[in-house]
Amino acid sequence: MSANHLRLPPFGPKFGGAAEYIVIPALALFSSLVLFGIFVASFGKNPLDLYFYMYQGAFGTWFSWQNTLTRAAPLILTALCTALPAQLGMVIIGGEGALLIGALAATGAALVLPSAPPLLVDVAMALAGMAGGGLWIMLSGALRHYRGVNETISSLLLVYIALAILNFLVEGPMRDPASLNKPSTYSVGAANMIGSIPGTEVHWGLVYGLVAAVLSYILIYHTVFGFAARVAGGNIRAAKVVGLSVGRLILIICFLAGAAAGLAGMMEVAAVQGRANANLAAGYGFAGILVAFLARQNPLAVIPVAILLGGINASGGLLQRRLDLPDASVLVLQGVIFVMVLASDTLYGRWSIFKGRAS
Amino acid sequence: MAGAGDIGLWTIPVAVLGGAVRVSTPFLFVSLGECITERSGRINLGLEGTLVMGAMAGYGISYLTGSPWLGVLAAGITGMGMGALHAGICGLPRVNDIAVGIGLMLFGVGLAFYLGKPLIEPTAPRLPSIDLGWWTDIPQLRAALRINALFLIGVALAPILLWALRTTRWGLIVRTAGESADAALAMGYSVNLIRLRATMFGGFLAGIGGSFLSLYYPGSWNEGLSSGQGITAVALVIFARWNPMLCLGASILFGGAAALGPALQSVGFSHGYHLFNAAPYILTLLIMIATCSPKRTLIGAPAELSITR
Repeated sequence: MSANHLRLPPFGPKFGGAAEYIVIPALALFSSLVLFGIFVASFGKNPLDLYFYMYQGAFGTWFSWQNTLTRAAPLILTALCTALPAQLGMVIIGGEGALLIGALAATGAALVLPSAPPLLVDVAMALAGMAGGGLWIMLSGALRHYRGVNETISSLLLVYIALAILNFLVEGPMRDPASLNKPSTYSVGAANMIGSIPGTEVHWGLVYGLVAAVLSYILIYHTVFGFAARVAGGNIRAAKVVGLSVGRLILIICFLAGAAAGLAGMMEVAAVQGRANANLAAGYGFAGILVAFLARQNPLAVIPVAILLGGINASGGLLQRRLDLPDASVLVLQGVIFVMVLASDTLYGRWSIFKGRAS
Repeated sequence: MAGAGDIGLWTIPVAVLGGAVRVSTPFLFVSLGECITERSGRINLGLEGTLVMGAMAGYGISYLTGSPWLGVLAAGITGMGMGALHAGICGLPRVNDIAVGIGLMLFGVGLAFYLGKPLIEPTAPRLPSIDLGWWTDIPQLRAALRINALFLIGVALAPILLWALRTTRWGLIVRTAGESADAALAMGYSVNLIRLRATMFGGFLAGIGGSFLSLYYPGSWNEGLSSGQGITAVALVIFARWNPMLCLGASILFGGAAALGPALQSVGFSHGYHLFNAAPYILTLLIMIATCSPKRTLIGAPAELSITR
């Protein structure tokens, strides 16, 4: 192995670092697909069929592309919920909770504005969703800063609390008595639904996600605020020494993170479900954690990774129909990818090919 | 309802008591196991996945062999495997144990749903219960005192683990690895190996905790079986200050909180039922708020633990 890559020309110091961040995750992704193929083969399915249908269901046709992009939209936003606090060195895994609270707040906003013009209702829904989700994650940030409560655990506990609030409101005070089999809130109104991007079946939520990701990237890498956040993430003592207000950074970043996931919740209500019900807890929040880690917490890299993961999600249906695989197979593959990506962290800085002049 | 069965409002505390014993068992096993893992200096957030895998494996083996106790053993071994996976990956340099835990949580839940798909329909033999209420005529109290042997095993395990941690050579080695990896290394022990064993032990107990869910209470296998018991138990270890005996007390407290909703529902008070379901999580959060501090590390926290640093 070592003799082999000594003969290869070095990538050079300029591209070496960046290439490493693409090659290693790609390698982890590839080996996860191989592992998943072996797993599926052990149940007597042909792994080549598996890869074919996965490709077909994700990117094979225009129809599957639209399905993929529709699922990628909330994933971009929930991934930001993990990626933004990660700049401060925080591990937030409560995107699912912020999504649910955002969805509830957005539904509430639409229900209190029954006769307002649709544009106003949509703006109110988006603002309410972002505020709800933002405050939800900001609570985790505040607990971390003021009380030293571990944010990973508190944000996950808040997911279960959000789920209980959703079930309570949907089956209690906000319930539409006409929804018998699946308890739901009243509809937000057909006129208020966010439409599709012209010429496609993909709703405008995808654009929300893209804009949010680009804005996050600019905020983190091209503003003083983002620079301060990254300083605090690198070394919290150094940040305090140079006079940064770490508490303010934590609260604002956590609010923005939760607002992204809350917007995803608003979108699922206003573009997909039309009302709040248990369908909202579809796991986008959890898959978003994976997207953020696979993108190495970079807000721009979140976009292609979310499309990739959206594709894997989208292919689940086809795998179920053609190969008779359980719907949980998508979860297994996501889990394998997640574990492989984390394990691949150990490879960074080990291969001299990426270092330019070998050390 | 009349005569001997009518105990009025006493129904609520009795139901909470019975519920606390039932519901606390998975909390107890997961937190005891995680307590040992964390004392060795590593945190395994993947126990939610381990719990669900254990529930699935226990149910499956009990169904296939007809013996629920073999199911419990299989659940433990499955959990041990999950623990070995976590420790094996975390043993690689520059790998973050918290992130790997999150990964394994999603992986374990997904894998359990995948493998457990054919197990939703069939009914597996369940664990028997021990009737400790033979002396009373009140049916509610009798029901509350019908206790599973696993609970008693867990109760016995807590002081044994405390004793083992405090006084045995094995306990000293685990604590050394948790307080200072360098010191353990200087004594000639492999820190990775110690943590591998501690994580496997934690996984074993978490798997057994999962088998209780599928084989006793609620006593069936489905995809909504666990709702965060695994992660709540991890928080509970922090509350219990890494002390197995306090884990026992905390588990019963949490079990009681979780049993409050069903107990109120049993007397016809069903308004806000779903909010009561959130009680254990809210309680966990409140306890963490009350006991954590931003200024100092927690008393009793293993110094090598990444979550308290």
